[in-house]
Amino acid sequence: MGNFEKKIETFITIFFEQGGSAKVLEGLENTLTIAITGLIIGILIGTVIATIRVLPKYKLLPRILNAICSFYVAMFRGTPMVVQLLVFYYVLFPIIGLKMTSVQVAIMVFGLNSGAYISEIMRGGIQSVDPGQMEAGRAVGLSFGTTMMKIVIPQAVKNILPTMGNEFIALIKETSVVSFVGVTDLYFAFNSIGSNSYEFMVPYLVMAAIYIVLVLIISLLIKLMERSLQKSDRRS
Amino acid sequence: MIDVVNLRKSFNKVDVLNGINVTINKGDIVAVIGPSGSGKSTFLRCLNCMEDPTGGSIIFKGVDIADMKVDINEHRRHMGMVFQHFNLFNNKTVLQNIMLAPVHLQCKDLKKQMRQNLINSILNMFRGEKNKKEIVQITKNKEQIKREAKEQAMTLLKRIGLEEKANAYPSTLSGGQKQRIAIIRSLAMNPDVILFDEPTSALDPEMVGEVLELMRELAAEGMTMVVVTHEMGFAKEVANRVIFIDEGVIKESNSPKEFFENPQDPRLKDFLAKVL
Repeated sequence: MGNFEKKIETFITIFFEQGGSAKVLEGLENTLTIAITGLIIGILIGTVIATIRVLPKYKLLPRILNAICSFYVAMFRGTPMVVQLLVFYYVLFPIIGLKMTSVQVAIMVFGLNSGAYISEIMRGGIQSVDPGQMEAGRAVGLSFGTTMMKIVIPQAVKNILPTMGNEFIALIKETSVVSFVGVTDLYFAFNSIGSNSYEFMVPYLVMAAIYIVLVLIISLLIKLMERSLQKSDRRS
Repeated sequence: MIDVVNLRKSFNKVDVLNGINVTINKGDIVAVIGPSGSGKSTFLRCLNCMEDPTGGSIIFKGVDIADMKVDINEHRRHMGMVFQHFNLFNNKTVLQNIMLAPVHLQCKDLKKQMRQNLINSILNMFRGEKNKKEIVQITKNKEQIKREAKEQAMTLLKRIGLEEKANAYPSTLSGGQKQRIAIIRSLAMNPDVILFDEPTSALDPEMVGEVLELMRELAAEGMTMVVVTHEMGFAKEVANRVIFIDEGVIKESNSPKEFFENPQDPRLKDFLAKVL
């Protein structure tokens, strides 16, 4: 395995002496920024869409909104993330003349994409809450929106937290496609380290390890959050 | 106080209510009974537009609330509702359950009034001396509203002897406790009428008593109540009018004495023979 030691040495040299570490840090920062900001945007979009989709449908306005939301969800669930990235970066934004950095485009696409998925997760969560909760809120004179915000969504969020964790983890891993539009993410950083020395084994293994550590940390955070949200279930 | 005129309701072309006419006066305690599927729950749920009526009108304090254009939230504040399955807010403590609606709605009114005052005070600069609109004095702030709601909630909780449960979550309570809290939750809005949708049907037999006891107290205080129930004893003793609904219409409406001792409608006779 002398060969292996040499590979590690090459990696260490590039990592510490030829600017590899800076690149990896930049990649890590971009990966996390895109995933976390994308998730936050996704949660906001998803909550709004899910609320629209559970609105009572006997009036015209909710029906129109509902149709728009269905179209949006179909679009973003029906195409791969890479395609969305490419379309937004190379087609859509140049056409409407919007100047955005590739990181900003990636954040937007990730937000819009996860919004579509989260809206469906959230809708399931909202529908899993006993309809009596909404009725009780409306019966004391609260509006649909207030009851949703104060009563239904908090309970829905508790139910969907594990699935949301999945979504976040998927999002982190999917950031590895953003190099298609020229963002330095974790994958791109390690790939360029590999390209420097034509030696890919060690960089790729280290990359895998970093992804795993990231995901484990997230799983832990979600578990802690679940526990703190369960206080209304426990007998005191 | 509530005038129901020719109330109709159908679900996907299935007619549930076929023209209900009834007047509920202040202080009335109306028991609604009938076989299952007769439409008695639907009738009750139509009274505060939990189900939107398909036809007819419900005149509540002079306003037809069956009209889709009225702000139903405004009117529901004055109509409490108690459900079969309690429906306490699971993510709130008992105290928060009781305080939520009064605090939220009063704060909302406060904000609205402040906005209105601001607009009026600006417009008043341009209005003539005679056309000036009055600026309503605001006497309360948010903290006061909260404090008062909390005091009221604690008084209500003391009344039913559950003040030590103020900070407990609903999942830790028994069915009887939940239902009594649900009743005082609607009381906290100072409603003009309370609608009860089979309030004791989901309770263990030993807990029915405590809930009925609280309802008796409310009745004695003169609260207007409409109660869909299977408790014939309650209907007999507490109600001052009993209504029998079958096939979506009121088949009989009478004082409890006449209703139980001298029923006229053949379906009612049949029904009473089965349940008594």
